[in-house]
Amino acid sequence: MSWLPANWSTRIYALLLLVLALAPFIFTWIGQPFYLDLLSRALILAIAVISLNLILGFGGMVSLGHAAYIGIGAYSVGIPSYYDYYNGWLHLALALTVSAVFALVTGAISLRTRGVYFIMITMAFSQMVYFTFLSLEEYGADDGLVIYSRSEFPEFISMEGATGLYYWIFALLLASLYFVHRLVHARFGRVIVGSKYNEQRMQALGFNTYRYRLVCYVISAMMCSLAGMLLGNFTSFISPDMIGWARSGELIFMVIIGGVGTLFGPLVGTIAFVVLEEALSAITIYWHLIFGIMLVALVLYGKGGIHGWLSLLDRKEEDRG
Amino acid sequence: MADHLLRVTSLHKHFGGIAATDDVNLSVEQGRIHAIIGPNGAGKTTLIAQLSGQIRPDSGDIEFGGHSIVNYSTARRARAGLARSFQITSVVMPMTLLENVMLAVQGTGSHSFRFWAPVKHDTALKDAAMASLAEVGLDDRAGRIAANVSHGEQRQLEVAMALAMKPRMLLLDEPMAGMGKEEGSAMVEILNRLKGSITILLVEHDMDAVFSLADRLSVLVNGHIIATDSVENIRGNNEVQRAYLGDGYA
Repeated sequence: MSWLPANWSTRIYALLLLVLALAPFIFTWIGQPFYLDLLSRALILAIAVISLNLILGFGGMVSLGHAAYIGIGAYSVGIPSYYDYYNGWLHLALALTVSAVFALVTGAISLRTRGVYFIMITMAFSQMVYFTFLSLEEYGADDGLVIYSRSEFPEFISMEGATGLYYWIFALLLASLYFVHRLVHARFGRVIVGSKYNEQRMQALGFNTYRYRLVCYVISAMMCSLAGMLLGNFTSFISPDMIGWARSGELIFMVIIGGVGTLFGPLVGTIAFVVLEEALSAITIYWHLIFGIMLVALVLYGKGGIHGWLSLLDRKEEDRG
Repeated sequence: MADHLLRVTSLHKHFGGIAATDDVNLSVEQGRIHAIIGPNGAGKTTLIAQLSGQIRPDSGDIEFGGHSIVNYSTARRARAGLARSFQITSVVMPMTLLENVMLAVQGTGSHSFRFWAPVKHDTALKDAAMASLAEVGLDDRAGRIAANVSHGEQRQLEVAMALAMKPRMLLLDEPMAGMGKEEGSAMVEILNRLKGSITILLVEHDMDAVFSLADRLSVLVNGHIIATDSVENIRGNNEVQRAYLGDGYA
């Protein structure tokens, strides 16, 4: 059967995407429409995690401030909606522009540092965004902001229904995966990956690594703001709580669970995280404790995350032709 | 005076109280192999790092092709045609040999802000990289991951990457470091083939290699160049022998 992908891991991912594509029908069929809500949330977060993995996994830039871009995306829906502007293109343009500008300015400063300093400075900038939204009395401050109607894209399917919104999310998820796949295999991505492993060498080869990293950081931020825009539409209620630094930390965990620097790792990592969170919290109120222990065990022993385990099924390939 | 591609004038670098580079003056002629020898800790790698831009000198000037490059970044010097290899192997270990050299070729291009076309199908990039791998005899191992090949092959990869940059000058920091006898003579052969077509500044411990390759020699001791001369004259120089070579080469 030559049309099948050669690797087991690739087959499993293809099957996963197929299941995701049919999820609304499956959940209706088994009479569990609530699951679609859970899955929508997971896939929105997955887009954010894919964007984080682009800089963290492929570029070696560990940002503890990516939730800020979720916030920028969400408030790009919330604030115009507050003034009864529901045009989706306006929301989209706002999310992409503001996140790009904010990432360009803060990235230009953050990327002058390395390692733990980069982690701290990205976190500091994201807390700035957090406290800014917290202080905006007009837009609800810490009480949050209710979004009464979802972004309107008259040219496409409506976001209003749960299924319509789900397919928006699914389409953007596919686009994100494909985009990252193209990016990391193009010239730009090769420089980003090379700089992760050996920045000194890349400079000696004539690359201004700082500039490439900055552009990568901005691209990642803009992708993440898309997730925020979807999240704003999905929850219909946004508050600064969704962009605290703890959320940024969760995003890093999702990358690690799935597999750092892999294409599908962020997707499976996020789904696993959200499903576990849901399942454990249904069993006991002390689920944080169990969850924490599982995460520690995973970081210590689960080298390569879920993608790493799935790759064990594949034919061992020492080298590439 | 012949045509000097690289000219270093009164270069100084101190680390605390230690003079790692003490008034170094050096000129390398176009197309020649100029070797720098000296005992451990003489400041050879520090000198190379200043030439390639990883370390900024305290004072002095570095001219390359008639322009002062002392204020250039590492990346800019590389694009100006000054390529270096590292004493401690410095390649992108998880990538294949071909991918490593393709990055080097990419660095010579205008820019790499190309976000869509996969490099895998970029034949121009691939062909140029394969040519450089062939020059060092690694073309049959192009698909192997750098971390999985032998130390000697990694050293050859270093040279292939430097060559792929199509540099005007190569700074080779102990290309034979840690090599066995056979690997070492393979490297000497590679460098011998390059002789004349490319200007090389060679830092090397292996005296047999240096004597067979170099056109000129400079002896670096405690950060200072105590002698620069032809290979024959250096071998006959008593001061150099006392400082460094020992009796075996008398």
